Amino acid sequence: MVESNNQSAENTMSEVHKRIKAAFERFKLSPNTVDVREIGTIMYSLGCFPSQADLHDFIAEVEEDHSGFIHLDRFLPAMTKVLLEHKFPPIPKEHLFQAFEVLDKDSKGYLEPEELTKYMTQEGEPFSQEEMDEMLTAFSDQETNVIYYKDIVSQLTIDPGN
Amino acid sequence: MGCGMGKSELQLKKCDRVSISVPAATAIRAALLIQRWYRQYVARLEMRRRCTWNIFQSIEYAGEQDQIKLYNFFGFLMDHFTPASSERNLISHIFRENEICRDTDWERYFCYKSIEVPESYTGPHLTFPMTFCGVSKLVEAFKHKQQLHARYVLQILGETWRLLRILPNINYVSICHNQEITICGDLHGQFEDLLLIFYKNGLPSSEKPYVFNGDFVDRGKNSLEILLILFGFLLVYPNDVHLNRGNHEDHIVNLRYGFTKEILGKYRVHGKKILKLLQKIFSWLPLATVIDNKVLIVHGGISDMTDLNVIARVDRHKYVSALRPTKISHQAINGSKTQTMNRKNGEAGGPAEGRRRVYSLTHHSPVPAQRHHPPRRSLHNLPISNQLSWSLEDELKRRRRLAGFDQSYGEMNKSDSDSDSEPEGKETDEREWKQIVDLLWSDPMPQNGCIPNEVRGGGCYFGPDVTEEVLERHNLQLLIRSHECKQDGYEFCHNRKVLTIFSASNYYEVGSNRGAYIRMGCDLVPHFIQYQASRTCRELTLRQSIGWTERSALRALRETLFVHKSDLISAFKEFDPNNTGMISLRHWASATENILNLGLPWRVLRSQLVNSTKYGMVDYQQWIRELSITEPKLEISDASILDTMYKNHSNLETIFRIIDTDHSGSISFEEFRQTWKLLSSHLKTEISDEAIADLAQSIDFNKDGSIDINEFMEAFRLVDLSAHT
Repeated sequence: MVESNNQSAENTMSEVHKRIKAAFERFKLSPNTVDVREIGTIMYSLGCFPSQADLHDFIAEVEEDHSGFIHLDRFLPAMTKVLLEHKFPPIPKEHLFQAFEVLDKDSKGYLEPEELTKYMTQEGEPFSQEEMDEMLTAFSDQETNVIYYKDIVSQLTIDPGN
Repeated sequence: MGCGMGKSELQLKKCDRVSISVPAATAIRAALLIQRWYRQYVARLEMRRRCTWNIFQSIEYAGEQDQIKLYNFFGFLMDHFTPASSERNLISHIFRENEICRDTDWERYFCYKSIEVPESYTGPHLTFPMTFCGVSKLVEAFKHKQQLHARYVLQILGETWRLLRILPNINYVSICHNQEITICGDLHGQFEDLLLIFYKNGLPSSEKPYVFNGDFVDRGKNSLEILLILFGFLLVYPNDVHLNRGNHEDHIVNLRYGFTKEILGKYRVHGKKILKLLQKIFSWLPLATVIDNKVLIVHGGISDMTDLNVIARVDRHKYVSALRPTKISHQAINGSKTQTMNRKNGEAGGPAEGRRRVYSLTHHSPVPAQRHHPPRRSLHNLPISNQLSWSLEDELKRRRRLAGFDQSYGEMNKSDSDSDSEPEGKETDEREWKQIVDLLWSDPMPQNGCIPNEVRGGGCYFGPDVTEEVLERHNLQLLIRSHECKQDGYEFCHNRKVLTIFSASNYYEVGSNRGAYIRMGCDLVPHFIQYQASRTCRELTLRQSIGWTERSALRALRETLFVHKSDLISAFKEFDPNNTGMISLRHWASATENILNLGLPWRVLRSQLVNSTKYGMVDYQQWIRELSITEPKLEISDASILDTMYKNHSNLETIFRIIDTDHSGSISFEEFRQTWKLLSSHLKTEISDEAIADLAQSIDFNKDGSIDINEFMEAFRLVDLSAHT
């Protein structure tokens, strides 16, 4: 995106609003509401990296009476704040590579599917079985069945929009 | 999408060191980081998938609208021109399905007995009455790509017609103890899907009852095979196989979406008879199925007027095409439709508001309120040739003002050229017609109310309150419908009171969606079985399959952009008063949406459609060239006629097929000229006789003075070069 530095704050603001609305549009059910379960996807797709706890807090802030729906009127200002204040900043992709290296304790250059499954489903913000299966199908080598994480890092971090 | 690498606290400083064993805290941090990146990645993919879906759906529904508008235009010609006028004569037969109306005449018409099956025929032989073995054999034969002889086709169809006529409009079915019924949605000529269902679930029989919920035909390549199999099982198990009519079981719709072409391609000699008979059969298909008095199954949906008691009494076969009430002038439809819309939108803030909502709902358009709605998007704006009928248009306006349910019959009658029916009958007919069209064409919407379905051009959108009210009024608990492609093959809405089932997998493209069917026992709880017919896509990962469908969606979109290139260029030029050849991305997006009107998020799509920008500006001439669509090389001096040709490819094909009354697949020069005249009056553009003659000369392939429709359409097919990269 071409953004010149001399843009006024107002311009940035309207740019941010546009991005949020465009992402919101894609998931909306009726004119101005989305299902609460889509909020994570919307936030992530806007380049944020919230933790699950962050996500829950954010939803609690914008959801109306546990209705299961989020209205744009409440989402827009809250999300604008998140983006302008860089609340859940992107994690540099170098760190992603390092993280894999940490888990690869023998420095093999790859992870066994069992190893990765153990870490992903038992540590941190554990993956569901479905998420795990999908990840393994997507990223394990077709012949050796192991995960060459160097390749994954570039796949995970590439912006598919470009 | 902005996921650039901003500054961030370095959470993993320690990780630079290679550690022999992973300390728990470090492992957790590493896992967290990978998990978060992975979820981020999945979210971005989901965004892309949604976008792709929007493209396919927008293009699909825009096509349906075009079709209905064209058909309304013919209806208009029929209603407003003297029986002797040439335009009227050309198309009159499409509204005269009931010419041969006595059954005895029909029996003679499609008699198969005179058709000999030659010794050289290697396909399956059938014996009647049909048996389970006979139909199973037919399934096997079709699996091996064999073709059934026209004699047998006509025989099955004739038997089916006789059986359908004694079936009621609504099938009432009950599920016995320890038994389950299977419900399938749209199949759309995808025989692979039907085979897969039979393979997983077993063939229909008295132990294995089935409901097939319409849209058996069109789009796929094997519509006829599907019909013959379904009819075969219906003949063997009339109490256990139930067929509901869909909006594609309609000969007018088939002209555009491929079924007519399929039949004529497969049966060069007897295709015409088969088509005629199918037209009759479609009009006799039952409209709904009700299970244990609790579950209603219809193809599209309901409206706030839906009344099963009325539907049960309708003479369903009168509605040969559900697109138009029988023998009613168009004012009547428009008048009452407008009325209905106004009345129903009372609480929704008027029709404009209603329309806006509908658009935003289906298209997820970024700023629906600000969008322009040129006439081509509106069903209620009849495309009327100004050169033919401006005074009629005025008359029409005046009548619409007067019109409503209390419209004077005398006045209606006067303008109604088909005035042979009783005036009193008309209103009932129209009400009946609306009952049917709502069942076949409607879609559910998330907000309350009932508004005309402008996105498709027919039927309505019904809200959860309508579902609630109609189900309660009939003492029902669930509505099962099809009609809309869903990613998982099924989807609940309206507080789980409405269930959509769609059985054509990979409908938009390989990997775009799964198909599903329902199994339901006497507890009436639906169970879903999902599948995907293509073998290749099973191995595709989420990312790959999204990439695949995305490429094909973008291809379809580029084609659409390409056919509108001259309109696009003039729209761009408006933003480029100094003729620099450059416009901003913002202007590019708004001009593109103004021309295409697909309600797509061009802002998001631009990164995939616009390859290069300079300082945020687009070189639009270059951009059009970069769409990399090649036109066939034809030496035609008039470029504007080519333009019209591309833009109205499907409309033109539909008119050809209508004009080709004897279904011979070819038309004369004179008919060719008439087709273009009709198209030009439909589009309100002038196309000169010279241009038409020039075009005809250049594509008269067989040089005998007639034009092969298939060859003609093929000659104008666009080729996307990027498809192979």
